[in-house]
Amino acid sequence: MKLVTAIIKPFKLDDVRQALSDVGVKGITVTEVKGFGRQKGHTELYRGAEYVVDFLPKVKIEIAIPAESLERVIDVITRSASTGKIGDGKIFVTNIENAVRIRTGETGVDAL
Amino acid sequence: MNRWRPRVLAALLPGALLGVLPSLACADELSLGDTAWILTSTALVLFMTIPGLALFYGGLVRSKNVLSVLMQCFAITCMVSILWVLYGYGLAFGDGGAMNAWIGGFDQAFLQGIGRETLKGSIPETVFSMFQMTFAIITPALIVGGFAERMKFSAMLWFSAVWLTVVYLPVCHWVWGGGWLYEMGLLDFAGGTVVHINAGVAALVAALVMGRRKGFQDTAMPPHNMTMTVAGAAMLWVGWFGFNAGSALAANGDAGMAMLVTHIGAASGALAWMFMEWTRHGKPSMLGVVTGMVAGLGTITPASGYVGPMGALIIGLTAGVVCYFSTAYIKRVLHVDDSLDVFPVHGVGGIIGTLMAGVFVSMLGGVGLAEDMTSGHQIAVQFTGVAATFAWCAIASWAILKVIDATIGLRVTSDQETEGLDTVLHDETGYNL
Repeated sequence: MKLVTAIIKPFKLDDVRQALSDVGVKGITVTEVKGFGRQKGHTELYRGAEYVVDFLPKVKIEIAIPAESLERVIDVITRSASTGKIGDGKIFVTNIENAVRIRTGETGVDAL
Repeated sequence: MNRWRPRVLAALLPGALLGVLPSLACADELSLGDTAWILTSTALVLFMTIPGLALFYGGLVRSKNVLSVLMQCFAITCMVSILWVLYGYGLAFGDGGAMNAWIGGFDQAFLQGIGRETLKGSIPETVFSMFQMTFAIITPALIVGGFAERMKFSAMLWFSAVWLTVVYLPVCHWVWGGGWLYEMGLLDFAGGTVVHINAGVAALVAALVMGRRKGFQDTAMPPHNMTMTVAGAAMLWVGWFGFNAGSALAANGDAGMAMLVTHIGAASGALAWMFMEWTRHGKPSMLGVVTGMVAGLGTITPASGYVGPMGALIIGLTAGVVCYFSTAYIKRVLHVDDSLDVFPVHGVGGIIGTLMAGVFVSMLGGVGLAEDMTSGHQIAVQFTGVAATFAWCAIASWAILKVIDATIGLRVTSDQETEGLDTVLHDETGYNL
């Protein structure tokens, strides 16, 4: 099982969620985060005091999937989250040691 | 404020005893219209502090300090109210006998002698006292902006109480209570000196004595809630009609014109600041618009009973531009952390407004100079009022702060400042989302 973590632009969330649903990914966790990579911040002005705001709002999505689905999921996320401009985000893949469905106690891939 | 002055003051009395002068109108008789209007104005001006100023300032600070600002405004309201009825009113507006040029007296301590039938001019004295109380409340509340986000609550209470007593009451007496500036013919209709220069200078001194906030100018400290600030600003605009038009102490044409010029001052100040930002930074901002509005209002305040609409337009536009540059200068050139820009907006505004009152009283629809007064002399008087207020406030504020710092300390610790005053001083958070 793999945990796919993707940091994407907030306005892309709906596109990504829809695309994942279309390929059968049933669950997703979403967090609002701030961060930067190569995308520069922006300037805000408050009464003549200019502030460079480095951190940009992003959305982090996490999905747990069977290992076989990995290539397809990465491809789906990449295509639906991309705008072609700097700041589109990143995807990280980590291994899941185990997973448990709390209601039934199922483990492993059955819990996904 | 000064219905009797042009004719009666010029020749007759050695010391002005407001409310005892036989006016040429019908001052010793209760006027229902005047009373109704000043009752209303009192409510409007109180509304300016709570919640107007509280929300305006509250939105400008970081969320961890929002309650501390609201708390300061509320606590000052309560404390000043009590001090006013205990001794403040009499010292500001009473007869000081031999000392009357400088301060009032204790004859009206505990508001003794003031009952349901007591009149002050054409309104009950209770109403006059209440109306003036709301000015005494908002002035120390304005100072909060200079030391926001770093002052101990106990120190703030002590400072506000002592400052009210040592600075506000005397200056109020000098200008409105029959003191030396009143005698000299200073034109300050609703508080350019008493409120705005006083608050602005005290805030500047406090900012200098207390030092900058941790991270000032390295860290971004944007307003945490601009919607709150704008709501507060709008309340200030509306409430200011009570502040200025109410200072006519009558429901008449003077009040009407004061309301009109106040409104023009607000609108033109806001537009001027807006266009300054638009041309110099590329975009107009919400904060710029409301700050310009406050600048315009503060600047028109001393002139509001004396100038005409076109004079007000020039005053408001000037306020927007001058206060805009002053704010940038204080922050970016002098690096003074007057956190909510009280001095460049209220202080500078009060100064230029008081001076321009002397200019526009005699042109563009102004009421005209008093008898025996020349334009040059009037402007000199305005300068004197500005300078005296500035000097006394600066020196006294500095001294008060130094004494408090030496005794209980002014500032919270560095760690407390980082964590935020709401939790550290009040065991509360503004938002439990």
